[in-house]
Amino acid sequence: MSNTKELKVSAIKNGTVIDHISADHLFKVISILGLDKIQNQITFGTNLESHKFAQKAIVKVADKFFEDDEINKISLVAPYAKLNIIKDYEVVEKKSVTIPDEVVGIVKCVNPKCITNHEAITTRFSLVDKKEVALKCHYCEKITTEEHLEIL
Amino acid sequence: MKGKSLVSITDFSKEEILQIVKLAADFEANPNQPLLKNKVVASLFFEPSTRTRLSFETAINRLGGSVIGFTDSSSSSTTKGESLKDTIKMVSNYADLVVMRHPLEGAARYSSEESAVPIINAGDGANQHPTQTLLDLYSIYKTQGTLENLNIFLVGDLKYGRTVHSLLMAMSHFNPVFNFISPDELKMPDEYKLFLDELGIKYYEHSEFTDIISAADILYMTRVQRERFSDPIEYEKVKNVYVLRNAMLDNTKDNLRILHPLPRVNEIHTDVDENPKAYYFQQAQNGVYARMAIMASILGLKEV
Ligand SMILES: [Zn+2]
Repeated sequence: MSNTKELKVSAIKNGTVIDHISADHLFKVISILGLDKIQNQITFGTNLESHKFAQKAIVKVADKFFEDDEINKISLVAPYAKLNIIKDYEVVEKKSVTIPDEVVGIVKCVNPKCITNHEAITTRFSLVDKKEVALKCHYCEKITTEEHLEIL
Repeated sequence: MKGKSLVSITDFSKEEILQIVKLAADFEANPNQPLLKNKVVASLFFEPSTRTRLSFETAINRLGGSVIGFTDSSSSSTTKGESLKDTIKMVSNYADLVVMRHPLEGAARYSSEESAVPIINAGDGANQHPTQTLLDLYSIYKTQGTLENLNIFLVGDLKYGRTVHSLLMAMSHFNPVFNFISPDELKMPDEYKLFLDELGIKYYEHSEFTDIISAADILYMTRVQRERFSDPIEYEKVKNVYVLRNAMLDNTKDNLRILHPLPRVNEIHTDVDENPKAYYFQQAQNGVYARMAIMASILGLKEV
C-alpha cells in the first residue's frame, strides 16, 4: 500500500516531468502552461536543492505531452528547464526549451511610455537576438533585453 | 497600398514610397482635386501638435473631404477615462480614415489593429512619424530630381532623433552614401549602422562640422537638445559647434539643399535663410502635398 502511494507522488506512469525550474518562477511556469486550469494529476516540488540555482522546482504532469510551441513559452522564465517525457515509467525522450521567435503575453515591455503599459493589451515581441535575449516590442518597437526582462 | 495603415515608414515598400512621392508631385501641380468628396477623415490629436494637424487638415480640405475629431485630449472623451481602444472603435465606425497623434509609443500600431478603417500615424511619442519622412523624401526628390545615389549628411542629434532614423531607413532603398555628424554623446546608434552594413551601404562618422559638407547633396539638420545630455557641461561645449552658418556654404555643391524638420532652435543661423540652398520652409509646405498623396493612396483614390 505505502509503496503504491509513494509511487503516485514521486513518479508518473505517462506524462512529462519539467525539471530545473528556478524555485522563484515555479508559479509563473504553472500559469504560463495553464496547469492551474487542467484536470490532469499534477505534482510539484519546490525549494529543492540544486547545483544550478539556489533552489529549484520540479513539476510532473500526468498524461500530458507538450507541443514544442507550448513548452517553449516557459523559456523566458525557465531557460534551463529540462523535460523528461515518460512512457510506462520510463524516460523515453529528453528535451530542453528554446526561446520562440514570437513572444506573446508573457513579458512586460521595458518602455514606460509604451501603450502596452497603459492599456489592457497583450504584449507581443519578436526575438531579435537569441544569444543576448533581445525582444523587440511589436507596438513601441523598443528592445527589451534580458537584464530588464520582467514577466507579467 | 489601398486599405493599408501607415504606422512606420517600414510598412511601405520602395515602390509604395515612390508612388507617394510621384503622386505628391502631381498634387503640387494640381492642388485642387476633390478626390475626398463625401469622405470623412477623423483627425485625433491626443496631444496637441498644431503644425502637423494644420498640415493634415489643409490636405484634407484641398482634397474636398470633411474633418471630424479633436485637437488635444482635454477636449475628448479620453479625459473621461475612455480607453484608446473604445475611442478608435467608435471613431472608425464614423470615418473613412483616421489620422492620429498620441503621446504613447505603439498607440498607432495598436489602433491599426482595432480600427475598422486605415490609420495614419501622425506621431506616437518618440517612436514613429512616417508622414514627416515621406515629406522629407518628397523634398529630396523634388530638389534633386531623383532619390537614387545621393550623398546625405545627417547633422546634430543622431541618437534620439526619430526623423533621422526613419529617413535613414527609407533612403536605404535608394543606394545612398551617408555622413553622420554629431557629438560623441549623440552618435547614430549601432542598430542603424548594422542595418546599413548588412545592406552594404557606405557611411562615415564625424564629430566635427567642417568643410566635409562640400560633398553633400542633402544636409539634414536636427536640434541638439539640452535635456539629451546627462552632463550639462557637455551640452555647453557642443551647443554652438553644430550650428550651420551661411559662410560654411561657400564651397558646397550647387544642388545642395538644407533640410530641417522644424521648429529650429539655433542650429541653423538665420543668415542661412536667404541662401537659395536653404529649403526648410518649402520642405514644410511639401508636407501638405505628401499628406494628400498618402491619403489618396491609402483610400485607393488615385495612382500614378
Ligand atoms: Zn513596447
